[in-house]
Amino acid sequence: MNAIILSAILGVVLMFSGIFVSNKVMLKNIAIAGMVLLLAVNIIEMNGFRVFDVNTRNMLQFNRFGLLFNSIAFAATLLYFLLSARDITRVGINVAEYFALIFFILCGVALVSSFNSLLMLFLGIEIISIPLYILTGSDKRNLKSNEAALKYFLMGTFSTGIMLMGIALIYGAKGSFSLDTIAATINQGRDAWFYAGLLLLLISMAFKVSVAPFHFWTPDVYDGAPTVFTSFMATIVKAAVFIGLVRLFDIIFATSGTDWKLMVAVLTAATLLVGNITAIFQQSVKRMLAYSSIAQAGFMMFALFSINSYSKEGIILYALGYSLATVGIFAVLVKMKDYTFEGFNGLARTQPVLAATTTVFLLSLAGIPLTIGFFAKYFMLASAVKSGSHLWLVFFAILMAVVSVYYYFRVIQSMYFKEGAAETEPVSSGFRWLLIGVAAVIILLGIFPNMVLQYLYF
Amino acid sequence: MVPVLLILIPLITGAALFAIRQEAMAKSIALLASLVSLAVMLAGMSVWNDAAHLTYNQSWIGALNSRFHFALDGMSQLLCLLTTLSFPIIFYSTWNNQYPDHNRFLGLMLLSQAGLLGVFMSMDAMLFYFFWELALIPLYFLSSRWGGEKRIQVTIKFFVYTFLGSLFMLIGLIMLYFKAGGSFAWADFVKLNMAPREEMAIFLMLALAFAIKMPLFPFHTWQPDTYEQSPTPVTMILSAIMAKMGIFGLLRWLAPVVPAATYQWGDNFATLAVVGMLYASFIAMRQDDLKKLVAYSSIAHIGLMILAVFAPSYSGLQGVMIQMFNHGINILGMWIVVNVIEQKFGTRKISELGGLAQKAPVLTILLVIVALANIAMPLTNAFIGEFMMFNGVLGSTATNFGVAYAVAGIITIILGAVYTLKMIQKVFYGETNALTANATDISFNVQLSLAIIVVAILLIGLFPNPMLSLTSDLSEQILGRMNLK
Repeated sequence: MNAIILSAILGVVLMFSGIFVSNKVMLKNIAIAGMVLLLAVNIIEMNGFRVFDVNTRNMLQFNRFGLLFNSIAFAATLLYFLLSARDITRVGINVAEYFALIFFILCGVALVSSFNSLLMLFLGIEIISIPLYILTGSDKRNLKSNEAALKYFLMGTFSTGIMLMGIALIYGAKGSFSLDTIAATINQGRDAWFYAGLLLLLISMAFKVSVAPFHFWTPDVYDGAPTVFTSFMATIVKAAVFIGLVRLFDIIFATSGTDWKLMVAVLTAATLLVGNITAIFQQSVKRMLAYSSIAQAGFMMFALFSINSYSKEGIILYALGYSLATVGIFAVLVKMKDYTFEGFNGLARTQPVLAATTTVFLLSLAGIPLTIGFFAKYFMLASAVKSGSHLWLVFFAILMAVVSVYYYFRVIQSMYFKEGAAETEPVSSGFRWLLIGVAAVIILLGIFPNMVLQYLYF
Repeated sequence: MVPVLLILIPLITGAALFAIRQEAMAKSIALLASLVSLAVMLAGMSVWNDAAHLTYNQSWIGALNSRFHFALDGMSQLLCLLTTLSFPIIFYSTWNNQYPDHNRFLGLMLLSQAGLLGVFMSMDAMLFYFFWELALIPLYFLSSRWGGEKRIQVTIKFFVYTFLGSLFMLIGLIMLYFKAGGSFAWADFVKLNMAPREEMAIFLMLALAFAIKMPLFPFHTWQPDTYEQSPTPVTMILSAIMAKMGIFGLLRWLAPVVPAATYQWGDNFATLAVVGMLYASFIAMRQDDLKKLVAYSSIAHIGLMILAVFAPSYSGLQGVMIQMFNHGINILGMWIVVNVIEQKFGTRKISELGGLAQKAPVLTILLVIVALANIAMPLTNAFIGEFMMFNGVLGSTATNFGVAYAVAGIITIILGAVYTLKMIQKVFYGETNALTANATDISFNVQLSLAIIVVAILLIGLFPNPMLSLTSDLSEQILGRMNLK
């Protein structure tokens, strides 16, 4: 509750501060301070204290899982601000609005992680999506950015329509938007409407997290959007929609038989295949990361496939590990002059710190032990083995994980083993230390994942 | 306490070396750290030889019930001794090699040492998997950064290949974890009784990882290229120690954990091992590159060990245990010679060399002893190991084809003698040529390194008992699990 209201207030505050404050650095600092505040109030709420207490008539439900995810999302956004705020201020002239939009998105994130009514889910998803359309097109003079925004907007509204249709059908079958009521009356009422509705809902959410075959917008949008916003879009937003999906599956799908498992398994396999295989052929690191984010979504799908305690721990670790590593990589990418693989040649010589930390991020994305990415993948695979059905999916996933090593390591090869003089924008020492800090956290959590998981239970 | 020291010493020194730029200083620190590890290991086998010093057990990941559980039982002692003995020899014998960023090179070497020691000491499957990968990653960077011309393609193949095996192993371990009621402890794994189908599935997944690592024919294709392209000190680690990780995996995590499937699939794997031995021996005979020759000979020797594991008997298993150590130091000796030749003449082509015996008598004498050990002459350490393995394969009640395996194995021993002696003949005897006319004998560090190896060869060849008694418990346990006692 704290986070939802405060993030909306902060959004409004930042929007109006654009009128009174014209200094970009000042705006940046206001945003960072707001982010710290937001993270703080959410942590306070995790300890049982609500600054704002509003009766939502059980339309929202705040549990440890959702709150822990909020903390992760806010911490990742804070990190994102610290690493990339300067680059955000360079995108265009409406700096205050960029920050305001990001705070509005966070409001949506907090809604999605705590919805208990399909209406709230819809609201959350829309609050996330609409600011994203704007951010995608924020580089007004760039044709690719405009194209991406239009594409994203058209496809996005289309999927929103599908989602509304799905929710309407579910309402028609059950007579309620509330997840509790739906779960309690799972086998009553008009089954056909209910399942059709669920399917439409799943499809529209799959679109938002770029699950194959609903992924076609992703590479163009990620590539066209200003790189700083791609970073935000690919990490925090994607993880948040996944958390919403997990809530949905946890309550509705888990109680409605196991027929949907095969469908989810096929979606997962398709996502892994498309993401990984296409990523191999990319020449630009930014585009490769767009496809790799599809591939990573495939792994996150495991949380939906096997609803159990492992998958919940797994999605939390995945959200954290994936966000940390991807925010880090994009922060480095923004500083690069050339986004192709060749542009990274010899980065280890010109910017040893950037190269070393990027290596840690890539190893984490590839799921190599000693990084949090390993435990994220581990919990996902273990959850699928535990659920016991469709074991072929597990083997398919590890084959794809091996494929992913190939393209992640291509960047490492460029940085370390190839000759060249990679050019970067000037990099401050604070930026370097932050990257080192992120890499250290990735490794630390890769050895002691308990440090995060304990908050799920205590 | 000993396990913790063994891991922390190389880990911390390795990390610290990244900050030390002076080359001589970095070399001294690396050598010193490896010597301290060796001293700790020796202390662990003598004055601290009790359970309190040799085990370490702390909780690690509560959510998974995984523990920091290290223990130095007999087999672990043998392999940790091999590791801690090899590293100072590697550092000292390659003292004069020149590499750019030498401190990082040495740092990564020490990090891989920490990983290898962790693999050999882990009694918890998750921990085992961790170190299994930790040992690999520094080696990937070492080979890719300092290797030969084709290093980038070759090492990514090596990495992807072994990573694939590792992930299959991970799934196998996860299945075992759920079978064992949510425990990763080795002690719980060896108490399991599973249905044949489950055991088979787990067996195949683990066996794939180990087969790639050892490597077993036909999963060996990464190995000759990687050995050739890696800088020789790295090749030393790969063949002397890392190949043993696979055999170790068979003996620790496969045979006692899924005994029925190991028994059932034994003949298939033993046949592959024999085919691999013959194949590698024939290819080795045709090699002109010293590194490739030793690489293929290594496949043949490892094949014999795989054969003895999959056609098990007490004598055979004991032979494998001691041969893991023997093969490690013997092949290390071979690589030291290869390194000397490569550094001196800038070539590894057998056809371009000749007549070294006149110019470098000390090198020749030491090499001949190592080479004789490599082809298992009596009085040398490898004779003990290989004799016991052949004896074991012939007497194994687990297979009906013991005689056929043994005959094929003996043929590879003969072929081994052919290509090893031919190599010595061509490189060291005959007439000197323009390249070798001005050769000098080896420097003191190489002499000392080879001398240590020669002493170990003869010592174990004459008194193998102390080593054999280390591993008898585990051999008995494996046979007991397989109902072969």
